[in-house]
Amino acid sequence: MNVPADLKYTKSHEWVKLEADGSVTVGITDHAQEALGDIVFLDLPEAGRQLNGGEECAVVESVKAASDIYAPVSGEVVARNDAAIDAPESVNQDAYAAWLFKLKPADAAQLDALLDAAAYTKIAAEA
Amino acid sequence: MGKRTPLYDRHVAAGAKIVDFAGWDMPIHYGSQLEEHHLVRRDAGMFDVSHMRAIDLAGSDAQAWLRRLLANDVAKLKTPGKALYSCLLTAQGTVIDDLIVYFFDPSHYRIVVNAGTADKDIAWMRSQTAGFDVELTPRPELAMIAVQGPLAREKFWAAFPAARAAAEPLGIFQGAEWNGWLIARTGYTGEDGYEITLPAAEAADAWNVLAAAGVKPAGLGARDTLRLEAGMNLYGQDMDETQNPLESGLAWTVDMKDAARDFIGKSALATRQIDKTFVGLVLQDRGVLRSHQKVVTAHGAGETTSGSFAPTMNQSIAMARVPAGVAPGDEVQVEIRDKLLRAKVVKPPFVRNGTPLVQEK
Repeated sequence: MNVPADLKYTKSHEWVKLEADGSVTVGITDHAQEALGDIVFLDLPEAGRQLNGGEECAVVESVKAASDIYAPVSGEVVARNDAAIDAPESVNQDAYAAWLFKLKPADAAQLDALLDAAAYTKIAAEA
Repeated sequence: MGKRTPLYDRHVAAGAKIVDFAGWDMPIHYGSQLEEHHLVRRDAGMFDVSHMRAIDLAGSDAQAWLRRLLANDVAKLKTPGKALYSCLLTAQGTVIDDLIVYFFDPSHYRIVVNAGTADKDIAWMRSQTAGFDVELTPRPELAMIAVQGPLAREKFWAAFPAARAAAEPLGIFQGAEWNGWLIARTGYTGEDGYEITLPAAEAADAWNVLAAAGVKPAGLGARDTLRLEAGMNLYGQDMDETQNPLESGLAWTVDMKDAARDFIGKSALATRQIDKTFVGLVLQDRGVLRSHQKVVTAHGAGETTSGSFAPTMNQSIAMARVPAGVAPGDEVQVEIRDKLLRAKVVKPPFVRNGTPLVQEK
């Protein structure tokens, strides 16, 4: 299973990268894209939208199913990946390169509740 | 663990992702459902459909019994090997299953039914035999391989040169027995090809020979998007025992021409008020149509029955049951996650022989 050690994770299969400027980049894990199969559509939140941690904020649809994406922490959307919207298959090709959106966390302390790679690997292996 | 076809080990060896389908462990894809879909549209692919059930029918009343049992009329079948698609109806005119019946002679037929409904169908058929000289023999020991795509026939001939003389002359929806196999020019993809019914013990070898001839496996996922693009109904999704064929896009399979023929469900259909119509939808906005989404029309609300991303068209399509009066060319709205998205009404099929027939965007 491809679970990079330098990222944080949620139990709903998002990955979270802590950026140097304090923002976070969010995507879905390699395990999640594998389970979904061929991804054909992304519905991503627009910049400026305020999200609560755990809120359904995006949808990833594969040929066979739709999957909700949850905000890993509360905050404001500062960017979304329009290139991934135009090429949803890029998420299958490299789930860690094809990010979905970036957030400015409202409370950096919420990041402490995210999973590390070892904890996520355990959850994904059981799913 | 579910039931397994004789090709289960072949699927695992080919890296298939196995899922439960109607109690069977079946391959959903072998890596990429999209690639398998395109392969069947552009070249050839093979599907394991051994979970479907063949039932042989014999007896001096075989034809008379089928004319009573089925909504379509087997009297149309005059050439040995010719096949007919029909619904099996309840007395109320609702759909027990859809099936294909092959004609060998007026005393011998083969019926092929869906996996999930096979036991129910056989019980129903047996309950309807009183007074008829017919014998039903389910053939669970047979395997079925569908080879589909524009190059499917050529690749099949290359794999089995000895079968070519029997297979090549077959017209659409016609089969022939060869060497203990039934080779039929039928399918569920909207492409040319064959469905081969053969003894289970020969299935893995046949699969390997086809693979060596360059036919790659395709899973049930691709089979579903291919049949949806081809405008072919899926039992349990597009129609079931709560729906009648006239409101399921299957009026063309209900043969009322012979007034003297009284098939099961006929009187119910003849007196029933038909106030729904079955249409295709092509999504105009971005998103993916799925089954059971609400369709908002000028004539009232309806519902999608099957929906998916259509790989050949690179947009999303669905089949839907909507109020009568909705017609091709209309614009309707589909509710997806609390949003209303625009869709164009079309007449299926969406794709035939590799070519999109509707490109509404």
